[in-house]
Amino acid sequence: MTLSILHRGTGVAMSIGLIVLAAWLVYAATGPAEYARFAALMSTLVGRLLLIGWSFAFFYHLANGIRHLVWDTGRGFEKRQANASAWFVLIVATAVTAGFWTVLL
Amino acid sequence: MSLRAPLGRVLGLGSAKDGTGHWWAQRVSAVALVFLGLWFVVRISALPILEHDLVVEFVANPLNSVLLTLLCLAAAYHSYLGVQVVIEDYVHAAGLKLVSLILSRFGHIFLAVVSVYAILRIGLGA
Repeated sequence: MTLSILHRGTGVAMSIGLIVLAAWLVYAATGPAEYARFAALMSTLVGRLLLIGWSFAFFYHLANGIRHLVWDTGRGFEKRQANASAWFVLIVATAVTAGFWTVLL
Repeated sequence: MSLRAPLGRVLGLGSAKDGTGHWWAQRVSAVALVFLGLWFVVRISALPILEHDLVVEFVANPLNSVLLTLLCLAAAYHSYLGVQVVIEDYVHAAGLKLVSLILSRFGHIFLAVVSVYAILRIGLGA
């Protein structure tokens, strides 16, 4: 149940993140000085926390989205299976987010 | 055996005044984004993101330009479909709901066009 609303929450968070994705491309297209200013903004503590949040949102929404696609085939609805896949999604999303930032930093 | 009422079959519409189109479009764009999204995070994690010239070089690569364009379009479309459902579920006043849906559509189309324009600008070296 918690995961269901989290799927929406992470989805809406990434909708806002699309603005940053577009801004990244626009600043890259504009020039080195402008890009450096954008990169500095995203490198601040708040910027980093937002990026970490968006990366978790991505991995969570991806993993839980695949869970939904499996459900769409009519599989995995037993209470035991649904509980197991819920934990699996949470652990995978957290672990992959941690791994992603370990590679980045 | 079909479970649809004869009138529903004639009109092709359920109570939502819409068929399975929205549901299906959300799934198809989701499947596309599984691949495009994974490609993006793998490439991004290996990219020196603070170096402007290397980022431009990455975006300008023809295959990357195409895949980035597909990613931006699929993400904007999938996001639009998702936000639409959220607005329909949580915004109850009819007028505000209509305005929100229109603003969401404008916003998503604007973001998609801006992103693709920036990619093309880099890719075509303008």
